[in-house]
Amino acid sequence: MDYFVELFFSGLTRGSIYALIALGYTMVYGIIGLINFAHGEIYMIGAFTALITSTVLSIFGFPLPAIVILTLLASAIWASAYGFTVEKLAYQPLRNAPRLSPLISAIGMSMFLQNYVLLAQTSDFLPFPALIPDFDFMEPYAGFIGSSDMVILVTTTVVMLLLTWLIKFTRTGKAMRATAQDRKMAMLVGINVDNIISITFVIGSALAAIGGLLIASHIGQINFYIGFIAGIKAFTAAVLGGIGSIPGAVLGSFILGLTESFATGYVSSDYEDVFAFSLLVLILIFRPAGILGKASIEKV
Amino acid sequence: MKMHHKLLTMITAAALTAGVASGAMAADPIKIGVAGAHSGDLASYGLPTVKAAELVIKDINAKGGINGAKVELLVEDDVCKPEVATNTATKLVSQKVNVVIGHICSGATKAALPIYRDAGVIVMSPSATNPDLTQSGDYPNFYRTIASDDAQARTEVDFAINNLKVKKIAVIHDKGDYGKGLAEFAKKFIEQSGGKAEVVLFEGVTPGAVDYSAVVQKIKRSGAEAVIFGGYHPEASKIVTQIRKKRMKTTFISDDGVKDDTFIKVAGKNAEGVYATGPADVSSNPLTKKYRDKHQKAYKAEPGAFFDNAVAATLALTNALAKAGSTDSAAIAKVLHTQDVATPFGDIRFDKKGDAIGVGFSMYQVKDGKYVQVQ
Amino acid sequence: MISFKDIQKGLLVSLWFVFLTFPLMVIKVNPIERVITWRWQNMGWVALGSFCYYLATKIYKARKLARQQQIKLGLIKERVDWGQRLLSERKIYLPVLIVVGLGFLIFPLVLSTYQTNIMVTALMYVVLGLGLNIVVGVAGLLDLGYVAFYAVGAYSYALLNMHYGLGFWTVLPIGGLLAASFGILLGFPVLRLRGDYLAIVTLGFGEIIRLILENWNSFSHGPSGISNIPRPGFLGLHLSLGHSITYMYYLMILMVLFTIFVVNRLQNSRIGRAWFALREDEIACQAMGIDKTRTKLTAFALGATWAGMVGVIFAAKTTFVNPASFTFLESAIILCIVVLGGMGSIIGVIVAALILILMPEYLRAFSDYRMLVFGAVLVIMMVFRPQGIIANVRRTYKIPDAIKPKLSRK
Repeated sequence: MDYFVELFFSGLTRGSIYALIALGYTMVYGIIGLINFAHGEIYMIGAFTALITSTVLSIFGFPLPAIVILTLLASAIWASAYGFTVEKLAYQPLRNAPRLSPLISAIGMSMFLQNYVLLAQTSDFLPFPALIPDFDFMEPYAGFIGSSDMVILVTTTVVMLLLTWLIKFTRTGKAMRATAQDRKMAMLVGINVDNIISITFVIGSALAAIGGLLIASHIGQINFYIGFIAGIKAFTAAVLGGIGSIPGAVLGSFILGLTESFATGYVSSDYEDVFAFSLLVLILIFRPAGILGKASIEKV
Repeated sequence: MKMHHKLLTMITAAALTAGVASGAMAADPIKIGVAGAHSGDLASYGLPTVKAAELVIKDINAKGGINGAKVELLVEDDVCKPEVATNTATKLVSQKVNVVIGHICSGATKAALPIYRDAGVIVMSPSATNPDLTQSGDYPNFYRTIASDDAQARTEVDFAINNLKVKKIAVIHDKGDYGKGLAEFAKKFIEQSGGKAEVVLFEGVTPGAVDYSAVVQKIKRSGAEAVIFGGYHPEASKIVTQIRKKRMKTTFISDDGVKDDTFIKVAGKNAEGVYATGPADVSSNPLTKKYRDKHQKAYKAEPGAFFDNAVAATLALTNALAKAGSTDSAAIAKVLHTQDVATPFGDIRFDKKGDAIGVGFSMYQVKDGKYVQVQ
Repeated sequence: MISFKDIQKGLLVSLWFVFLTFPLMVIKVNPIERVITWRWQNMGWVALGSFCYYLATKIYKARKLARQQQIKLGLIKERVDWGQRLLSERKIYLPVLIVVGLGFLIFPLVLSTYQTNIMVTALMYVVLGLGLNIVVGVAGLLDLGYVAFYAVGAYSYALLNMHYGLGFWTVLPIGGLLAASFGILLGFPVLRLRGDYLAIVTLGFGEIIRLILENWNSFSHGPSGISNIPRPGFLGLHLSLGHSITYMYYLMILMVLFTIFVVNRLQNSRIGRAWFALREDEIACQAMGIDKTRTKLTAFALGATWAGMVGVIFAAKTTFVNPASFTFLESAIILCIVVLGGMGSIIGVIVAALILILMPEYLRAFSDYRMLVFGAVLVIMMVFRPQGIIANVRRTYKIPDAIKPKLSRK
């Protein structure tokens, strides 16, 4: 039983990591119906910015709390700036193009950003400072769940609730939902659609940056490729839960994390990714719109 | 920037060659190919070999070359990909290289070797450790200045069983060419140990995965006293960190891919007590010192991975070329097999299969943030 | 054409990019040694680069707009695309074709073995591009796991040869068929998914195939791969390396010609037109009575066939296969070829494959930037020239004037 609980918690940790990234995917998809392949790269850039900022600040002798806050700010600001720019450069001009075009453009952007960081920084793994300290009150539970796991889990929950509130109850959220439903109609009622889309990208990217910082601090190292691997998994999770739906992304992430964890624990980690992708295929066969997604009926 | 630098050294090397050649007799230059990953994400494994070869050849050319002939380096990139390596090999062969230093990765080396073999070119790798390369007998033209994976696995297993006296061992690998090969040998050797120890878990982890706690839980449940890990330091440091975070005392034993200072820096205090095999400590050898100093002077940086092995390979090949008195591969091979050559690893020669005799592995342990050789 | 305001805006844009790239381009930290390297010169390059890029796009857009207005006013006629002109006028394309054809024919006789070898690789990508073109370009199904079929082909030759001693010529069609059946296997469950879902599932499928090859040691020899795969034989003769590469080259030329022939015939066939229709509008397509599933499956299977056959050739050429050759990156490169060439355009795909594969080989200094440029190419092509370098010429059917009145009377 202990073993089961341990695996359950390790699955939860994994799931909450995926969820932090998956939320960004799902938001963008929900609003403009585009798979933002570059989202994983934004997460990676957030982590890199965090590494650079925290190292510079610690060399200059700042205390840890100041470093954590400033690093969080810096990585969120720059990641949002990248998200905003990527949207303006690669997606906005393609708003009325065939469906395939922005998708290919997104794949291109993802390759570009990956190699940009590879060339501008390094291909080696860099150690990432432990910005989340080991809390004393967590010590008795260390065998099940670490401090950083806990922080990630809590952050994911808080972020999900905040996002749901933002979309359900604020003016911006209302505008977002309107844009998602019918872009032309939204324009007619006076919503600046371009702005709303930009805001979506900025929020999604800032989330990715927070995720980047927390996850990198949990794992302890980063390189230019982390975004791609985590991005694909998070994206799978978002699709699993029904892309476009915020609770769906979180649910899908937890299901994916738990599946991988139990597959590793009871079968073998040799095939953990095979399990993950097979699960995706199976779910899509029986529920083509994902678990919580609404099946869209195309009308002519 | 890197390219500029490379270009510059090439130009200086060429100028040097031309300058001395006009004074000496104009024999046909000897062409040595240097092939490996020089760009992309594995460049850090390939570039030190290029630098090692450049430094050694510069010395040789300054002394008048080999038997009066200048040495020319042909540097070719294979990005560690088998399909590119065949192109690289074909290019070098069509440029009529005499010998080749490389390739860096085992897969790329395997793909390239038949081409060199058909052309009768001798190849010496500083880093390709796959046992098949020498033991299969398919590549009589292949030599290497690094011990093969099975020798390394043997060291790890013997150490775990005889020195640490552990009974239950978990063998973990990163599913890669290097790591998985090593892990399989470790598993085989443990099973052959006659019941002194048993493999309680054999499993691969996915490189780059966000979290390894499930595997760590599995190790914990298996009751393993020691983990033998085959793979590179990024995964190793993640696993060690998570083992320690779960407050487990399991001994961690790993390989050359982990015996890297980056591992200690990344894993921090969690790295303490980790064992790793690596080439015997040669830093006191005068030749090692000489070339490490030269590197420091020329590039203002510590030499990277496989630098000493590459110096050894270059010295062995140039020595064989000089002693053989010709570029005929049979003559070169004879010298390689029969005569000792002074290298950073001491005086070495090559056995029938092409492995260097006297290049082996020792066990290291992390103590106070440093790798210390275990006696 | 460029006003003061444009320059002003350009400066603002470059300022933004300087800010954007500041942490990654200017600062480089070594967290181990705790040293910071400041690379201020990069700031200048970024500023200059983004400023020039901005102006270039501005000019491009302005010129395009001006031309469109002139066309509207009837001042000039719509300019026919040079690619299309090349293809439509026999007087132009016949001599070009002859020269290019002759060039390819004597290529290995004039140039070195190495050059021929590179060309073989490029030709392999031509066929791969043409194969993926059926799926992505013609049928409009974004397949991100194309490399899986390539792997199936390569491993079928490696394994069948190792276990049963089957030769290259026997396995070539088998590899194609196996890949096709894998295409159908994958196609059945996923083809009812919409475009984006399809993309991620195919990507997952590609990964699954690679992971199985990596982990199932007793079947595929795992990550250490299979070596000593024989090159194709020629009437039982033992060929030297040079001859064998030349032989391979002519084989690839034949293969390319065969592929072009088949793909061209397919595109103008009933099924080909169904693919185009499917790409444009699925619902209308179904309303016209086209069997959606069958049409999609044929596209998938046919695309996979080519990948399988090239996979066999790949294994024979490299004489070594391991799973590392079949990563997502490979799929991305092939996709890049199709997009750059122009989706659905045969000649475009050929030209794009040659450019993208040969350029990094000849410009080695550029090889570090290879993937960066590939990524940029995908974005820039989509934004500025979605039809590719040589756009696909759609066959148009004109109703002769003589029968027009009859039709209208009915």
